[in-house]
Amino acid sequence: MLLAVFSDIHGNRQAFEACLKLARAKGAERFALLGDFVGYGADPEWVVDTAMQLVAEGAIAVRGNHDEAVNSTTESMNNEAQIAIEWTRGRLDVAQRRFLAELPMLVDEKERLYVHSEASSPQRWTYVRSTTDAAKSLIATPAHVTFCGHVHRPALYSMSVTAKMTSLVPKTDVSVPLLRGRQWLAVLGSVGQPRDGDPSAAFVLFDTVSCQITYCRAPYDVATAASRIRENGLPHWLADRLSQGR
Amino acid sequence: MPKPLVKSGAVIDGYTIGECVHAGGMATLWTVTHPGIDVPLLMKIPRVSEGEDPAAIVSFEMEMMILPRLAGPHVPACFGTGDFAHQAYVVIERIAGTTLYKRLPDLPLPYDEARQLVAKIATALADLHRQNVIHHDIKPSSIMFRESGEAVLIDYGLSHHNHLPDLLQEEFRLPYGTAPYMAPERLLGVRDDPRSDLFSLGVLLYFFTTGERPFGEGETLRAMRRRLWRDPHPPRKLRADYPPWLQEVVLRCLEIDPAWRYPTVSQLAFDLAHPDQVKLTARSERLKRDSLSVAWRRRFNLGAVQPRATADVAAQIASSPILAVALDTAEGAPELNEALRITTERILATLPSARLACVNVLKLNRIAVDKTLDEQGSNKHIDRMVALRHWAAPLKLDESRLTVHVLEAVDPATALLEFAEMNSVDHLIIGARQGSFRRTLLGSVSAKVASEAACTVTVVRPPRMATAKPGAGVVWG
Repeated sequence: MLLAVFSDIHGNRQAFEACLKLARAKGAERFALLGDFVGYGADPEWVVDTAMQLVAEGAIAVRGNHDEAVNSTTESMNNEAQIAIEWTRGRLDVAQRRFLAELPMLVDEKERLYVHSEASSPQRWTYVRSTTDAAKSLIATPAHVTFCGHVHRPALYSMSVTAKMTSLVPKTDVSVPLLRGRQWLAVLGSVGQPRDGDPSAAFVLFDTVSCQITYCRAPYDVATAASRIRENGLPHWLADRLSQGR
Repeated sequence: MPKPLVKSGAVIDGYTIGECVHAGGMATLWTVTHPGIDVPLLMKIPRVSEGEDPAAIVSFEMEMMILPRLAGPHVPACFGTGDFAHQAYVVIERIAGTTLYKRLPDLPLPYDEARQLVAKIATALADLHRQNVIHHDIKPSSIMFRESGEAVLIDYGLSHHNHLPDLLQEEFRLPYGTAPYMAPERLLGVRDDPRSDLFSLGVLLYFFTTGERPFGEGETLRAMRRRLWRDPHPPRKLRADYPPWLQEVVLRCLEIDPAWRYPTVSQLAFDLAHPDQVKLTARSERLKRDSLSVAWRRRFNLGAVQPRATADVAAQIASSPILAVALDTAEGAPELNEALRITTERILATLPSARLACVNVLKLNRIAVDKTLDEQGSNKHIDRMVALRHWAAPLKLDESRLTVHVLEAVDPATALLEFAEMNSVDHLIIGARQGSFRRTLLGSVSAKVASEAACTVTVVRPPRMATAKPGAGVVWG
């Protein structure tokens, strides 16, 4: 079965639409959403409604730090993120906010684990930026593959039975076999706010039978997404960075 | 880990196990058959039981990832892989014959035989590098030859694939490989530089032409580290009749700093195919190693010479292409030759590691017997070579980057296509003959080359002629 995994959509309707379309065209049969549905982008309502619809149809979804911040004021964020979250809070209705509040911190399917930040202590929202960070997450779970997001830059880590780590910056559209006998941490790039220098929207396809993972990119209408941000009075940098992918 | 299920007569995933043909330290090899496959097959099974070297598992994992992605005549075809969860294996094509290891008693080989042998290996290695793989264990026992002549590289357990996780990167504190052939930068932990394979091939060429290994057989880390600062004895010291061009090639492959070696294996293959065109430098003349003071300076300045590996195998290869420019020095219009030079100059400007082959076709008559000497009694072949060098002089290329070739052929287009194919030319630059009677009569050389070549072809026209004659630029000359 081909699984499509999306992370850090951040209210970017154009990017999420493009990813869903491309994933379906490539034959994706099941979806997993790794959180941060809102924040930064100007279409949180559409993104949350779409996520609710996908979950109703069987998709996996977990909570991100921006989703949590919609319902609580304790989460500390940088200034622009804070402005965007306060704006978002006013846009979502009760049902949409409840959907975000009730998302689980992680979903464990035994073979595969889905979490927004990392698996060792998901509520601390730690970024996986190195093999050391990746090792902490991999030690915390027996799952063969862990999918996470949060850093907005794609990476693929593995740990052998003797706890030796490898890391890779995956190349777009090149499938990598996630060998059994070692554990893997797939860090996804962001759908709605890529930060690896490539402005196109990032997602992942995973074949659950052959265990091949493919990091994909979907070009999307960046100009519209950016002008929606400006039209709604959100900080301009949030619009500018989309075309730079930073 | 489940116990190995392998024994003669057993069936694994449709493969019936035959006999064990090899039992090595890391893996065993079995003949197998499969109802749907009618080529001879081998199943490779790793040793994974208690007390075995953990390297066996990791290197087998690398082979399981890399082999199914490789294609072409220079690698064994892969038919299937099995997981460690059940029974780990790879099934590959069984290549007839033995490895090059069997030739060791015959060393040293005659120079020309060694040249042809290593040229074939270089062609195979260039093809592997184009597939984003660095072999990292080039040595006689990793090399076989097909009956059709192509070299085949086997054993990918230590290899690096630029698009896949490198499972060996952090697995071992010490570099893993075959000591006599290992490039110095490998001792510093560099695994992503394709020029490490070029070094190993240089060791092989040295060994096959002198009968001696340039860095001995030392397996200790101390013995291996010497190659970070100590250069090998020049082959001419061992064999007085060693050809200078061959020493030039060998010592260039064995440079300590990868930046001083050939930029790509394709460029090495090119020199091996054209020994008379190898630009001789001080390397070719040397009879002694560097003085001790030079070696010691290297030894204690190691930090300064540590190689910086290129991050991307494909990018490095792409920046060091082989360009060929087809010139008609005898009858070509001067404006066209000038336009060709300007275009060539622009392309070379972006590619500091590219090399340029200037090619001219000496057209033979179909029926009449050709004379080597022209009416004035001078040698046509040599005249053309001189003319090509004269054309290239304003490009101010380092001589090691420039070669000239005069091909003798009845059909120029076919000759150029063959040259491009044989020499792995990446980009061919050719002029269009403008609206001539000859073109109408004889057909267009550039059109045939552009449509049939496997590489990129740029067709050049002089700037003014396209506007001077309306429509003249539509058809390639």
